[in-house]
Amino acid sequence: MNTLNDPVATASSAPPVAVGAPLIHIRGVHKSFGDNHVLKGFDMDLFPQENLVIIGKSGSGKSVLIKCLVGLEYPDEGVVEILGKNLLKLSQIELDELRTEVGFLFQGSALYDSMTVRENLQFPLRRHPNRILPEGEETMILRTLESVGLAHTVNMKPSELSGGMKRRIALARTLILQPKIILYDEPTSGLDPITAKEIIQLILRIQAEQQTASIIITHDLDCARVIANRVIILVEGINYAEGTYQQLTSNRDPKVQAFFK
Amino acid sequence: MARIFGCTKTTFTLANHPYTYLPPGLRNFLTEVGHIAAFAGNFFRHVFYPPFEFRELLHQCYEVGNRSFVLVSLTGFIMGLVLSLQIRPTMIEFGAVSYMPSMIGIAIVREIGPVLTALICAGKIGSGMGAELGSMRVTEQIDAMEVSGTNPFKFLVVTRILATTLMLPLLVLMSDTISLAGSFLVEHFKGEVSFTLYFTEVFNSLAFSDLVPATTKSFFFGFVIALVGCYKGYTSDQGTAGVGRAANTAVVIASILVFLVDFWAVLVADIFYDL
Repeated sequence: MNTLNDPVATASSAPPVAVGAPLIHIRGVHKSFGDNHVLKGFDMDLFPQENLVIIGKSGSGKSVLIKCLVGLEYPDEGVVEILGKNLLKLSQIELDELRTEVGFLFQGSALYDSMTVRENLQFPLRRHPNRILPEGEETMILRTLESVGLAHTVNMKPSELSGGMKRRIALARTLILQPKIILYDEPTSGLDPITAKEIIQLILRIQAEQQTASIIITHDLDCARVIANRVIILVEGINYAEGTYQQLTSNRDPKVQAFFK
Repeated sequence: MARIFGCTKTTFTLANHPYTYLPPGLRNFLTEVGHIAAFAGNFFRHVFYPPFEFRELLHQCYEVGNRSFVLVSLTGFIMGLVLSLQIRPTMIEFGAVSYMPSMIGIAIVREIGPVLTALICAGKIGSGMGAELGSMRVTEQIDAMEVSGTNPFKFLVVTRILATTLMLPLLVLMSDTISLAGSFLVEHFKGEVSFTLYFTEVFNSLAFSDLVPATTKSFFFGFVIALVGCYKGYTSDQGTAGVGRAANTAVVIASILVFLVDFWAVLVADIFYDL
């Protein structure tokens, strides 16, 4: 069964976007690297339980944008508020505390290759012991691995895992701190279509179970169609177009249409 | 505002600054020196403040010691053999062969042991750290640590620099001992010198002023080797070529710094101990 075509498992069944204070509020973000002006006044809000997909050409600044949301990059100007806190005015301790509320799934998984899967999941927990639930660290690790269907890999090293398994373990490592927001940087890139579909379904299931809000950076239109409550098209450093997937596919603007041809 | 090496720095423009009129090569060199100094400053900023990564520090101590033990022992032993074999004919010619243990002992403890061990470690540990951290940077593992609310500088850099600074003097002492053992074998088989006589002569010729500067400079050797290795890896450019470059330049710069530190250590030791 092609689960992507299953209406039960697509964005149409995803929780409706909750109205309320945005979890992420971005206004007028500019970012340059030398003469390369990547972001030119980007605006965006992310609402609770929303799946927001950002699409754009390679080099359009999508990854730079989500790196600005976790302090891996800093905008040259603009406002970045995460959970009501201005990211640019936080001390290092406050920033580290905020980062536990924002999970980040890297494009290449970024598993610590000198550690086993268990140690990969232990790593953030041991540095934030206030996040360990009464059930205990080991139970949390196994339960999180079960939620991504890979409990049997607990003693394996990343080098023993396939690309899809690495992506799931990276997601488990992100989930173990129970973040309120998850940022996905091209979650399906480099995966075969079947594994990509599995990852998409996993993202949807986790979003439904844990009531997280997500920003997904992707080139994969199938992924965008299935996951998105809302899509932003990033062109020339600004949010050029915004709407549901269906609204954007019917948009007549040539720059928007270029993404869906 | 930007964050450099995990700490907040205010960026400023250098337009029309005299610095911009320097030749590009010199400007790049000074910039690199400035970055390494900032990196070292950040090490001292982090090393005294919690959380302390004791488990990782012990792991790194084991890695540094274990990774270099065989190589340092082997090169030390061969150096002891070769030194004795090379010097012995000249000493016989001058009728001073009885001074062999004293001379070899002083040469190894004061200079050859520390510098040789440091150079071996620069090649082994410095390049290893440059490649390992460079690879972690390229595969976004360092970023992953950062976004999980962990300080990667403290976990990866502080532990490695501290471990190498602590372990290098131990490796030097071990290398000195094995070098002297190698030298003793030559003396024993060529000059029929007994173990007791050889080492009595060695220890009689050594003074406090030989051991203290040599051990002290070993701490500095360890510090600069790990500092440069970690700096090059941590700030590695994107891509696998950057990792290779990081490992390579880490060895070159660390080796040069070892000799510079050695020169200054000898000058300072001369002031305090009148060498």
